Amino acid sequence: MPVQTVAPRIEVRPSAPPPVNSGKAKVAVRDLNFFYGRVQALHNISIEIPERIVMAFIGPSGCGKSTFLRTLNRMNDVIPATRVGGQVLIDDHDIYAPGTDVVELRRRVGMVFQKSNPFPKSIFDNVAYGLRINKVTSSSSELAGRVEQALKDAALWNEVKDRLKTSALSLSGGQQQRLCIARALAIRPEVLLMDEPASALDPIATSKIEELIFDLKKQYTIVIVTHNMQQAARVSDTTAFFLLGKLIEVNATEKMFTAPNEKLTEDYITGRFG
Amino acid sequence: MVNYDQVRRATSGLMTTLTALCTLLAVGALLIILTYIAWQGIGSLSFQFLIDRPRPVGEGGGIGNAILGSLVLLLISSAFGLPLGICVGVYLSEIGRGRVGGAVRFIVDTLTGIPSIVTGVFVYAILVLPMKHFSALAGGVALAMIMIPIVARTTEEMLKLVPHSMREGALALGAPQWRVTLGVVIPAAASGIATGAMLAIARVSGETAPLLFTAFGSRFFPTSLNEPIASLTVQIYNYAISPYDEWHAQAWAATLVLMTLVLGINIVVRFLTRKKF
Repeated sequence: MPVQTVAPRIEVRPSAPPPVNSGKAKVAVRDLNFFYGRVQALHNISIEIPERIVMAFIGPSGCGKSTFLRTLNRMNDVIPATRVGGQVLIDDHDIYAPGTDVVELRRRVGMVFQKSNPFPKSIFDNVAYGLRINKVTSSSSELAGRVEQALKDAALWNEVKDRLKTSALSLSGGQQQRLCIARALAIRPEVLLMDEPASALDPIATSKIEELIFDLKKQYTIVIVTHNMQQAARVSDTTAFFLLGKLIEVNATEKMFTAPNEKLTEDYITGRFG
Repeated sequence: MVNYDQVRRATSGLMTTLTALCTLLAVGALLIILTYIAWQGIGSLSFQFLIDRPRPVGEGGGIGNAILGSLVLLLISSAFGLPLGICVGVYLSEIGRGRVGGAVRFIVDTLTGIPSIVTGVFVYAILVLPMKHFSALAGGVALAMIMIPIVARTTEEMLKLVPHSMREGALALGAPQWRVTLGVVIPAAASGIATGAMLAIARVSGETAPLLFTAFGSRFFPTSLNEPIASLTVQIYNYAISPYDEWHAQAWAATLVLMTLVLGINIVVRFLTRKKF
């Protein structure tokens, strides 16, 4: 069976609101190949990610899902000796075309990492960092407003509003991760990439982040890598399954977890390997 | 029949004792040196001694000009050495990868090993000879050259301790490389970099050899950076090799002052760079 290269069929879950913009792909990837030195990590990936949905990437460790996620905002550029072939179109513009402003790209495509990585600064300064470097506003009251809104969007405001000036490192693990989400949201990206954002968190913090993802998709296009299939089933509209650097199947999440098209997907989901 | 658990416990106990003994030996030697200097030096110490300039034998005199001179030399060397050393460290950690970085690192390591007297002679050749006289400036430059490789390597090590994920976090927010380095990585490593700078200052404040050919020494208070200047170490050296008991006692007292000065710099820098976050 060849690797699927057609656009995913988006099926509306009974409970989910209809996609706002089902016709248009926010992100379209065509024949993407990726190499770490001589090792090919991704093989001919083609996928379309529609606007304002949550797409989950699942697959066993080392299958390339994180690598793929990082090609979408060119975070792999910072790793030496890597090579990319193919196209990644965001709003029909190829982000690997010469002359692309990587800084501008990363402002539009935000990222939350597996391990929370707050800066050793105050809570306020962490969230304000992206706003300041991008010179979003020069007024300090507007800056404070944007920080407050981002912390509210990340469901952290009530826990930290009285101690914005204290160190971000004094927060608990789950709070730190929500702070990192707030930091990413503050600059209002169009796409939010999340690389196993809840893998190091306890169930309560995890459920908070999952609720958050559900709320955020009203405004953002979200791509989430997860090892946890229940999580993928809970939060996503569409799921993509990766294996050994290949995209095996993209399908509506409900369909994926009940009647996948591919035998490999079924084997993975039912725990026969991985 | 010896049981494995007993062997393990005995080995563990033996090793713990061994490391404790080594620590005791090292710290003990240091304490003996410090106490001996304090005991020898405290007798000649007085307020007058700290503010007066050297006088002929029998007339007392002091090390005020040498204290001032040492501070001036440390200021000059820090002004040149710290920024340069920190920049080299940032280059090695954040920018210089591959062959060029490797070559720079090798050169810096080699510089660390150059005997300080060689540095003194080198500065004598490039600064003192063309200027035709010894000067505080030449002394400061010689000390700065000793500082640069120390500061560069400690800065590099400290910057490398900053987790890569923190750099990625900033890059993912659309920060250009230079802002990541200046705004996130260097502040995160600031206290470590300051410790490295402090170690370098402490190291050069004890240097004598490079000053003999550059700052030379003086028996008067400094009036300009363009003239020879006194320093505690050179003063200690000159007094220690003199045949007079009075000067020997003054050398001990000057040593005590030098040690206190280094300790003071350490405490101030620690206070200024204590962890805020």
